[in-house]
Amino acid sequence: MFGELLRRELRLGLRHAADSVAALLFFAVVAALFPLGVGPEPKLLARIGPGVIWVAALLAAILPLDRLFGADAEDGTLDLLLLSGLPPAGVAILKACAHWLLTGLPLLLASGPVAIMFGVAPAPFRVLLLGLLPGTLVLSLLGTAAAALVVGARRGGVLLPLLVLPLATPVLIMGTLAAEAARTAAPDAAPLLVLGALLALCAPFCPIAAGAALRQSG
Amino acid sequence: MFEGIAAVRAERLVLAGIGGGVGRGGALLLRGANGTGKSTLLRILAGLLRPDAGRVAWDGEALEDLPSWSRHVAYVGHLDALKPGLTVAENLRPWSHEAGHAVEPALAVMGLEPLVAVPARFLSAGQRRRAVLARLVLSAAPLWLLDEPTNALDAASLARLEALLAAHRDAGGAVVAATHQDFVLPGAATLELAG
Repeated sequence: MFGELLRRELRLGLRHAADSVAALLFFAVVAALFPLGVGPEPKLLARIGPGVIWVAALLAAILPLDRLFGADAEDGTLDLLLLSGLPPAGVAILKACAHWLLTGLPLLLASGPVAIMFGVAPAPFRVLLLGLLPGTLVLSLLGTAAAALVVGARRGGVLLPLLVLPLATPVLIMGTLAAEAARTAAPDAAPLLVLGALLALCAPFCPIAAGAALRQSG
Repeated sequence: MFEGIAAVRAERLVLAGIGGGVGRGGALLLRGANGTGKSTLLRILAGLLRPDAGRVAWDGEALEDLPSWSRHVAYVGHLDALKPGLTVAENLRPWSHEAGHAVEPALAVMGLEPLVAVPARFLSAGQRRRAVLARLVLSAAPLWLLDEPTNALDAASLARLEALLAAHRDAGGAVVAATHQDFVLPGAATLELAG
């Protein structure tokens, strides 16, 4: 059941690829604006690169959340998902997986060209990717919980960043700390481990919270 | 089987002390003007909406949590839950009660076999409705909850729906339907909702 529904989510995501592509383009455009804002000094750009990539990824990951449950709530698919036999938290896990595969993973891949654009050195880039892997997963989980909360709310699209961004600040702090440590050749394991811990914390709690919110939305 | 159902929607008491029942092979027709709570009652019976009072049960099992309740019910609401970018077959396949089950026979029941590979965005309103009703055939649930199932259906499709419902009841299933139109549900009990 879960596999069949996930395949359907991915097929839908690929058929309506505009959402994923828009998030990627948004990521690239936001990142490209920073050199215009702070000036084209290569050493400065190499230093702020990982932080810029983190902030841009955070913002881009939020873009498709509005439609994560919104589209299904509008056309009645959400009712079918809730009656599919999956527990509501299972529906949330399904959506979080779909969000990560269609937005998180592409952002991870797109961070490569952006890192080259900023002249980020290989060592901090490797740690940046190691941080983005659990980081984007946490963002998908937090985003799913927030998206479930605003289902049916008017102006949900405006509420979403206000809900997700404050909760995502620990992820941002740890991710940039790790990349900065790698750049200065300091030990970078601790912030990466904290990111893993955040993932371990969000993995059970976010789907449960999202499931409870979905049950209320009917 | 449901009794003492009360529901408050937008601070308005829509349903109060509503009770009724339908057994295997039975049918219950919900009637009433717009806004008397027919859709609300159907969503409560589906388990999608929690009633503010009352209880719902099927075969002696009370509605408690959604995943186990969902084995008993198939729900067709106002919304058709068809994704425009997916073909008719792709739209229906995930809702089949057993994975990998062929959807074509179910589509044939509603006369949709020529449209199996057509993306849902090209369907007319009546064809969309028929695709939604074909989803019922894929479900193994005994209790069908239908909200305005006859909307946008032509006479031929209406006859197909009648045959489908009759076959479901003959096989021991039950139907609860809300409708404005008179369509043939022989021997159905009627529940008037006054609002």
